Amino acid sequence: MIKSLDPRVTREKIEENNLIAPLTPMDNWETYEVFHQKKRGDQHMHVGIVHAPNPEMALLFGKEQYGRRNITANIWVVKTAHVFASEYDDADMFETTPEKQYREAGGYKVMDKINKYKKANKG
Amino acid sequence: MNTTAIKELLYKMADDLLIIGHRNSEWTGLGPILEEDIAFSSMAQDKIGQSQALFQLLHELGEQEPDTVAFTRNAKQFHNAQFVELPNGDYDFSLMRHFLYDVADQLRFEMLANSSYEPLAKVARKIKGELKYHVFHANTWIVKLGSANEESKARMQNALNDAWNYALGLFEEGEYETILISEGVFTGEADLQHRWLEIITPTLTKATLTLPHENAWEPKFGGRLGIHTEYLDPLVDEMSEVFRVDPNAEW
Repeated sequence: MIKSLDPRVTREKIEENNLIAPLTPMDNWETYEVFHQKKRGDQHMHVGIVHAPNPEMALLFGKEQYGRRNITANIWVVKTAHVFASEYDDADMFETTPEKQYREAGGYKVMDKINKYKKANKG
Repeated sequence: MNTTAIKELLYKMADDLLIIGHRNSEWTGLGPILEEDIAFSSMAQDKIGQSQALFQLLHELGEQEPDTVAFTRNAKQFHNAQFVELPNGDYDFSLMRHFLYDVADQLRFEMLANSSYEPLAKVARKIKGELKYHVFHANTWIVKLGSANEESKARMQNALNDAWNYALGLFEEGEYETILISEGVFTGEADLQHRWLEIITPTLTKATLTLPHENAWEPKFGGRLGIHTEYLDPLVDEMSEVFRVDPNAEW
């Protein structure tokens, strides 16, 4: 029998040579992508993945993993299998030539901050 | 207001929460999957926190410090129902107990949110969200496992049968039942049990599980009077080990 410092393990009376059986494919649950919203009106941000057998449980686990230590208004879960993604092989699609830099939206982020600042100082 | 009656109510609630919180925390690190391990542990922690809030109320009514009350009594001085001290068994039993106990707990606090004893009503309102989440967690598992496959259904049904009479023991009436009711502190165990049956029955039906036949209902009473199973002694020893070694330990 395994004698552990952890009384819970000792109580289980596990044989010394007990081998843990490997997982069969059925033991693996599918994954859900978790999106976290800090406060109402904010965008939901992708924060990570949980394993779950159904959407309800994915929501529970998402709350625990990503909502527990954060201020949370709302959580979305989406089956990973339902995400339709681009291929990394096609990443060259996103490349841009120096002449088209005027199209990049870097300025917008700054404007958001400026507007927020203006608004905050009005109030 | 009758302080002795209120103390009796607070003690049994606090002890239920402390003991089931400790039992559930025994799953930490051993849970079926990582995500569930974290969820169950975090709810166990909530329960310890809720018991502490009630021990704090007792302290304000003249009892000793929460830690002293929690960690220096022997098993006979605990007022928890026998249900919460039973060993965890397999995860099916732990989940079934979590479901049966947490629904009762949520209803009890819901009823106490209107208690004439305002400090308790305040605690009840404060932890409403936690309890709602615990019950959501329990319902989700019970419905999922009750109807997943033959093995899970059989396990959940057995767990329900094993848990049932102990669960009924939660509603053991105390000496001061009528005083608590007449003073508007709490509407009573019988009322609670009635509401509890109304809530758990549809969920169990949805999970395709069957309640034991009413003729076989034999509530396991005694816990409220300090009569416990053989399992509480070792639990209390283990739970209070650190406190007994160093009462001033901080962590």
